[in-house]
Amino acid sequence: MTEVLSEQTGRGAHSGALLEVDNLHVEFRTRAGVAKAVNGVTYSVDAGETLAVLGESGSGKSVTAQTIMGILDMPPGKITGGEIRFRGVDLLKLPEDQRRKIRGESVSMIFQDALSSLNPVFPVGWQIAEMFRMHRGSSRSDAKKKAVELMDRVRIPAAKDRVNDFPHQFSGGMRQRIMIAMAIALDPEILIADEPTTALDVTVQAQIMGLLAELQRDSNMGLILITHDLGVVADVADKIAVMYGGRIVENAPVHDLYKTPAHPYSKGLLESIPRVDQKGQELYAIKGLPPNLLEMPPGCAFHPRCPYRRDNCVTEVPPLYTISGTRGSACHYWREVIDEGER
Amino acid sequence: MRANAESILEVRDLVKHFPLTQGVVVKRQIGAIKAVDGVSFDLHRGETLGVVGESGCGKSTLAKLLMALERPTSGSVRVNGKDITAARGAELKRMRRNIQMVMQDPYTSLNPRMTVGDIVGEPFEIHSDVVPKEGRRRRVQELLEVVGLNPDHINRYPHQFSGGQRQRIGIARGLALQPEIIICDEPVSALDVSIQAQVMNLLERLQNEFDLAYIFIAHDLSVVRHISDRVAVMYLGKIVELGSDAEIYDAPTHPYTQALLSAVPVPDPDGRDRRQRIILQGDPPSPANPPSGCHFRTRCWKAQDICAEQTPALEVRPGSDHPSACHFAEARDVVNAQ
Repeated sequence: MTEVLSEQTGRGAHSGALLEVDNLHVEFRTRAGVAKAVNGVTYSVDAGETLAVLGESGSGKSVTAQTIMGILDMPPGKITGGEIRFRGVDLLKLPEDQRRKIRGESVSMIFQDALSSLNPVFPVGWQIAEMFRMHRGSSRSDAKKKAVELMDRVRIPAAKDRVNDFPHQFSGGMRQRIMIAMAIALDPEILIADEPTTALDVTVQAQIMGLLAELQRDSNMGLILITHDLGVVADVADKIAVMYGGRIVENAPVHDLYKTPAHPYSKGLLESIPRVDQKGQELYAIKGLPPNLLEMPPGCAFHPRCPYRRDNCVTEVPPLYTISGTRGSACHYWREVIDEGER
Repeated sequence: MRANAESILEVRDLVKHFPLTQGVVVKRQIGAIKAVDGVSFDLHRGETLGVVGESGCGKSTLAKLLMALERPTSGSVRVNGKDITAARGAELKRMRRNIQMVMQDPYTSLNPRMTVGDIVGEPFEIHSDVVPKEGRRRRVQELLEVVGLNPDHINRYPHQFSGGQRQRIGIARGLALQPEIIICDEPVSALDVSIQAQVMNLLERLQNEFDLAYIFIAHDLSVVRHISDRVAVMYLGKIVELGSDAEIYDAPTHPYTQALLSAVPVPDPDGRDRRQRIILQGDPPSPANPPSGCHFRTRCWKAQDICAEQTPALEVRPGSDHPSACHFAEARDVVNAQ
């Protein structure tokens, strides 16, 4: 892959972050109409950094990730604008054969449901080894040896004996480890984890998050963690992008967001979660429902649910206002939200 | 919760083993999945008992046993003093009216071909003496209003509602027969964060309004703490610790409870580097072949020889005021310890 990119840019010649998503627009053409899933998303990740993309179902967080990987179903999906730059090269303009080399080798991804992401009719070792056979042209025996090493690295006990087992013979946590082994096989520079622990029990979740953090430290990967869990985010993220209705409504370093949220949606989310370390009274609930992507509300997508709403929220789409060098909020009244938000 | 309130549900030594068989024509039993393996507790009127544990610990089987949807291998479930496991026919039907359930997945637990009115009104078809036929439609509309849905939507179908609204439909159906006990099996785990809070607030409001007792089964410990008066922690078919929410969350004595609590991510990045984590190794053993003695000993850092030999009873141990099934029970605040 490096050759592919160095041909075009010369490695390390560009000045921006490692991976930059710039004003990305994605829509789905369905029979019921056009669903605008991603409406101008911009974020970036650097080596060794963890970006958490936080949002509820339908917020566009997974579609953005799929577009970065180039695994979006097209049609019905269609990229209608924007750039995704990896080391300064726009991935969306690369031909598929070069794209394919980057996928898995420089940017790789793990998914929520490991059982349906693994092929049930091949042994797991074969599936991990496929990475080396396809990308590196390794021989079968070499590739298998490396698969065992990887299984050891993600702490699958007795890896040597289990390399020929099939996915159904592993528990949920072990399957997710196999997914991680496949994703890190070729030492990617960026790892995208789409809800990696949502289907797992809490003690197993802690194991997997610990493993991801360790792998990231060892190889200085950039990590994009896509999740809806505010607890997991608080544990591992360096910075956060909160998504709502296909837009980033707030981005901030992790401590700032939890201390002084600058968007009514992030604030509402933080107040609505029950906590294990304190027992509250009635929970704050954001009223109403997430927007229907086929009929987005005019103006700010959050305005029907927002306690800070004024007249211009219905008519003017708020831009992502700059609060400081590292923070932004897509709310006309972010100052008010912050002032009131000292928790 | 009112202290010393009367018990409306008494569960004693409840056991459910599912046979494991081999052979197609002649089935031989080669073992048993010990899904629920000796569970005892009381539920008082108007209180919420949270049941937490990981997948496979038997919490959903427990729910089915309480509903008399499964027959226990042994043990008893007394509802207002009467054993539901021994009841049959008309008596069982009458007892079931008093104990209703809200399911986890609002997408699959509602029949897509029935209107909301039919779904919520179906209990009245089965228990036809509760509301006379003429009054049923009005009663259904009242129920919809109680759970915060528009009563005019009575003729709509489930697919026309969002996940949170569907869960409200499921709750309305559970309320239809005016039960005293509602079993909620993971009622909010399929919902988005902003919708979870709405449904939990609804459940709490209904509890106060109708004096309901909840068994609240969930794997999310924060949700359970928020809603529960008392909490039971299950591991491999047994309750390992039982106490009030403060006892369990602030002074857990069983190592499994401590590990479970310390693994819960706290939504606050301050001090995350100092937070101490007890990370358990491996996965829970199979309930078909649980370890001898204490089931948790294979993953426990305190395990000694005695743990393999003697099964620790769920009893109050020195240094703590709530029952714990550990030979070396010792209170330790893992949530606030930083």
